Amino acid sequence: MDQMTARRIENDPNYQKLVSERKSLGWTLAIITLIMYYGYIAIVAFIPSLIAAPLFGSITVGIVLGVAIILASILLTGIYVMRANSDYDDLTAAIVAANNRGGK
Amino acid sequence: MSGFLRFSAFLVVALGLLSGSAFAAEGAIQPTNWNAVLIFLAFVLVTLGITYWAAQHTRTTKDFYAAGGEITGLQNGLAIAGDYMSAASFLGIVALVYSFGYYGLIYSIGFLVGWPFIMFLMAEPLRNLGRFTFADVVSYRLQATPIRAMAATGTLVVVALYLIAQMVGAGQLIELLFGLPYLWAVVVVGVLMVIYVTFGGMIATTWVQIIKAGLLLGGSTLMALLVLGQFGFDFNALIAKAVEVHAGHEKILLPGPQVANPINAISLGMALMFGTAGLPHILMRFFTVGNAKEARKSVFWATTFIGYFYILTFIIGFGAIVLVSANPIYHVGGDIKAALLGGGNMPAIHLAHAVGGDLMKGFIAAVAFATILAVVSGLTLSGASAVSHDLYASVFKHGAAPEGSEVRVSRIATVILGIVAIVLGMVFQKVNVAFMVGLAFAVAASANFPVLLLAITWKGLTTRGAVIGGFVGLISSLVLTIVSPGVWEAVFGYPKGSALFPYVSPAIFTIPLSFLCCWLFSVTDSSKAATSEQAAFDAQYVRSQTGIGADVAVVH
Repeated sequence: MDQMTARRIENDPNYQKLVSERKSLGWTLAIITLIMYYGYIAIVAFIPSLIAAPLFGSITVGIVLGVAIILASILLTGIYVMRANSDYDDLTAAIVAANNRGGK
Repeated sequence: MSGFLRFSAFLVVALGLLSGSAFAAEGAIQPTNWNAVLIFLAFVLVTLGITYWAAQHTRTTKDFYAAGGEITGLQNGLAIAGDYMSAASFLGIVALVYSFGYYGLIYSIGFLVGWPFIMFLMAEPLRNLGRFTFADVVSYRLQATPIRAMAATGTLVVVALYLIAQMVGAGQLIELLFGLPYLWAVVVVGVLMVIYVTFGGMIATTWVQIIKAGLLLGGSTLMALLVLGQFGFDFNALIAKAVEVHAGHEKILLPGPQVANPINAISLGMALMFGTAGLPHILMRFFTVGNAKEARKSVFWATTFIGYFYILTFIIGFGAIVLVSANPIYHVGGDIKAALLGGGNMPAIHLAHAVGGDLMKGFIAAVAFATILAVVSGLTLSGASAVSHDLYASVFKHGAAPEGSEVRVSRIATVILGIVAIVLGMVFQKVNVAFMVGLAFAVAASANFPVLLLAITWKGLTTRGAVIGGFVGLISSLVLTIVSPGVWEAVFGYPKGSALFPYVSPAIFTIPLSFLCCWLFSVTDSSKAATSEQAAFDAQYVRSQTGIGADVAVVH
């Protein structure tokens, strides 16, 4: 892609919307993932007894936390895909269309 | 036609190897499990058939490296899961849970949380910027020769470490199950893998992964259900019984002594999480789909399948504590205090026998072997691409390699890597499988991941910063691992406490070090090339966001 085309796309309001929305969603979810995971690792490292504390009968806090993190990882990626498939793809298609029409 | 003849010859040799050596099994190891042999032979026949079909459809360079970019998101998600759920994951994590209890789950979680991270920050830009290897992405606006030399080195080191783990796992498994000598097992894996990759390229490799992922998910689900069935589908009762049976009792619900030191816990966590985002054979899979949308779907499906699988391995591991550890028939000399038959990686296989008899054991063993075969194929294709696409075509031919010659070099590299894998499998026969995988992740996290993330997101990165940062990450993670207790004391046999680096994983130091070097040697780079590289970021960024200008799948 040449610099001219890049400049033109950068000025497209759809592009600016796409980039800022995706960036903020992406980083928000990434930071949630990091906090979730390193929060868990911090419990493992600093209060290991909490991991073994019983919650439901023999099922411990650690087991519930572990399964919850696995399910949350699936859920977070699912949220991103749903958002991206409904909004970002339309924006991208609009940007591509505008660029093909306006460019040579 | 000569291609077909060569292919047939290979087929005959491979089958001959398998059946011939199965017959030659000697009583010294274990009686041959015919269920396992037959199920595995069926897998081999089907995958060789697919390879033959794939070979007909592999015409262009893009077909060979990236399956023509025509794999769908769901298919690629399954194939990624197939690449990721290696024998080390299946046998290794079950074995960790079997030995230490909860500790195994910490590994599973670390392996999984890399995926959302890849999704949010890397999957779409990767697809929009790259063609065949992750070096394509890093060298998009940086100088091709030094960047590709660095990326290819990182790729080959990670692939070699990962290959060792898989080959050793294959050897041990086959020795136990099929009654084949270790050497035969390693050779069978090497030969089959070379056939898949050289003839069928990425198309065959992808389908081998998909079939294997389906088998492994199905087999694990069945095992977990059979285990839970023994406890009236009461997970609570399973845990309670495991605590009662295991020698460690309540201690198995604690994180485990390995992560008692906070630095160890965090360092291991960083290696597992960020290593995924630097594994070359995984990154390569993003180029097999048509566009960013399919790349995104791939990650969602992969995360779902892998997460589900890890929950199963936890159930299977606890099941093994109850049903294998207390049963004398699975222990050497029938003594439950003695080691497990076949070694410490085998609880999953014995559990299959405990819940489903010989047939189930044969099935799970065949699935585990198929798993190794598939992962090894993916790794080899990735290593061969680094040699042909990065080193041969870019570094040596400066991008002027004649069309077709690149794939030829890749095929030759595959054969050489096959031989190297067999030799490595022999040399490192005694090494701990899970440890080698951990090392591969630490190197991937320290050498490949920082450079790749910065190339995509940071305008300031220059060639000098990327090359120095990448090599510093690679060398520091390798050296610190060699002088850590796991290698210095356990492999080299130096006295306990003599290791210079006291932690299990170097990642907590080497990942930040690599980022720091990338940054420092970029901001102090005042060369003219650096200025133009930084100026080229804007256009790269537009393409990474929109995919405009990226390869699109050709519709046939």
